[in-house]
Amino acid sequence: MTAYRVLGISLLLALVFLAVVIVSLLSGAVSIPFADALRGIFLGWMPGESPLTAAQRDIVFSIRLPRALFAGIVGASLAVAGAVFQALLRNPLADPYVLGVSGGSAVGAMLGIVAGAASLSVGVPLFAFAGGVLTILPLVGIARKGSDLRSETLLLSGVIVNAFLSAVILFLLSVASRAELRNAMFWLMGDLSAAGLREAAAGGLVFAAGFVVLYADARPLNLVAMGEETARQLGVELEGLKLRMLLAASLVTAAAVSVSGIIGFVGLMVPHMMRLVFGADHRLHLPACALFGASFLAAADTLARTAVAPSELPVGVVTALCGAPYFIYLLRRRDL
Amino acid sequence: MTDPVLDVRNVDFTYRPGEAVLRRVSFSVGEREIVGLIGPNGSGKSTLLRVLDGLLKPAAGAVLLRGRPVSRIGREELARTVAAVPQEQPVPFPYRVREIVMMGRFPHLKRFHFEGPDDIEIVREAMEMTGVGGLADRKMGELSGGERQRVWIARALAQEPEVMLLDECTVFLDIRHQLLFFDLLHRLHRTRGIAVLFVTHDVNLAARYAGRLVLLDRGEVRAAGPVWDVLTERNIRGVYGTEVLVDRHPSTGTPRVTTLAAL
Repeated sequence: MTAYRVLGISLLLALVFLAVVIVSLLSGAVSIPFADALRGIFLGWMPGESPLTAAQRDIVFSIRLPRALFAGIVGASLAVAGAVFQALLRNPLADPYVLGVSGGSAVGAMLGIVAGAASLSVGVPLFAFAGGVLTILPLVGIARKGSDLRSETLLLSGVIVNAFLSAVILFLLSVASRAELRNAMFWLMGDLSAAGLREAAAGGLVFAAGFVVLYADARPLNLVAMGEETARQLGVELEGLKLRMLLAASLVTAAAVSVSGIIGFVGLMVPHMMRLVFGADHRLHLPACALFGASFLAAADTLARTAVAPSELPVGVVTALCGAPYFIYLLRRRDL
Repeated sequence: MTDPVLDVRNVDFTYRPGEAVLRRVSFSVGEREIVGLIGPNGSGKSTLLRVLDGLLKPAAGAVLLRGRPVSRIGREELARTVAAVPQEQPVPFPYRVREIVMMGRFPHLKRFHFEGPDDIEIVREAMEMTGVGGLADRKMGELSGGERQRVWIARALAQEPEVMLLDECTVFLDIRHQLLFFDLLHRLHRTRGIAVLFVTHDVNLAARYAGRLVLLDRGEVRAAGPVWDVLTERNIRGVYGTEVLVDRHPSTGTPRVTTLAAL
């Protein structure tokens, strides 16, 4: 692995993301002529140069652009967190939700919805984020207890935490009103329609901070993926590293989920696709997951916005509908 | 006489209070020496190896690596001196042979460093020496047991260690690959001057390839020294509870142990 290879492939995948964003800006319920739109995108920031009407400009730059960017950030967050969890737990079926962050966020969001926080603009995401973070805390307790954080123990506790939280979610749904129920269902399926510039900025900040922490350990992560004893024998100081990475990956997940709801398959599938194409070295794997995860979710969200226009699908429906068959195909084609 | 590479002094170890796994274990591995560690199941061989490379901390006593206690050496520095070869290890992700061997360079690289030409050359040499050069771009899952075992050795070589610790590396190999494995070990030992400590269940392989043996019994060293002194009928009967015949192997001249009956 060389730095040039990492940079080269990252650049390539960044261009893919750029292309996806442009397509996303051009598609939607309000159709905008292709040539106008392209000129609008590239010249739109200059006063008087844009061929677009004020309303069209608003749609492209104030609605579609923040949403595409936010989709990208959520996709990147989920894919990177998924890759990190798979390596740390040495389990190819791990995803960002495996330790219960999603369940915690969902309970937070449901509480927010039932409590009427939806009327406040930041209410539900704030509740969801708090719920996600609160789920991580017992994890830290488990992690601190023994010096050795066994991955089986973590996986099992994640399963149990998720089962418990599902029950709480069902309880909250059963006492919700009809309107709240629809809100809640969209949130649970994963939905990006609430995304604005502010959400994109906040999510981007958390993701960037988390990615820096995670990428700093990309090389030792390769060894951890081989087994903890092996990692130590080859010179990795495991203490701190696991906890640091679990926390960073969980926070990144919680931030993404708090606005988008539970979007499935991105965090599971993108790491597998990237490993198949570019190999398992995390120095390349993590940036590849970030960029391709971003492209994948931005594309899926564009589809979710346009497939049944002028109505919208929750994006989680699209990712699951595309994701599940593809995953089965992967499983049949070769071992993971 | 220089310091031994590895000096084990009165090591006690226990997983649970009151249940000693190792008791006052002492022996040493000298410069350019091959030492075999033998003993029945549950005698503490694997635990001892873990204590030696610092994964477990002794309750009493010390393990000295060229005179310095292992417990005070950081993992990275330790990995530049001591390399462990596992017996068989699942590889959960599609790493290629070259990438696995390159992992041996980890303790030599700084945090953000990518491998340089030196590292690539060292890895190439390690793969060449262990005969896995032709498999460099294969995934680990596609290799046979014998090939995988040689990849683990190549990775250990890439660490450029002074000592190699091998934990029952040949249990999953057929007789031909067992011999090839130990021949390779001997060659490495001759050409690189690496000291070797290997654990095995096979007393005949131990007799043939080790310069000295350490016989472990319920956490204590029952006998240590030249192979002829350790592999006596009396020692084996006492430790393994098995009646054996020990004679001179007609072609290798080393002790040959033939099992007769379990007592």
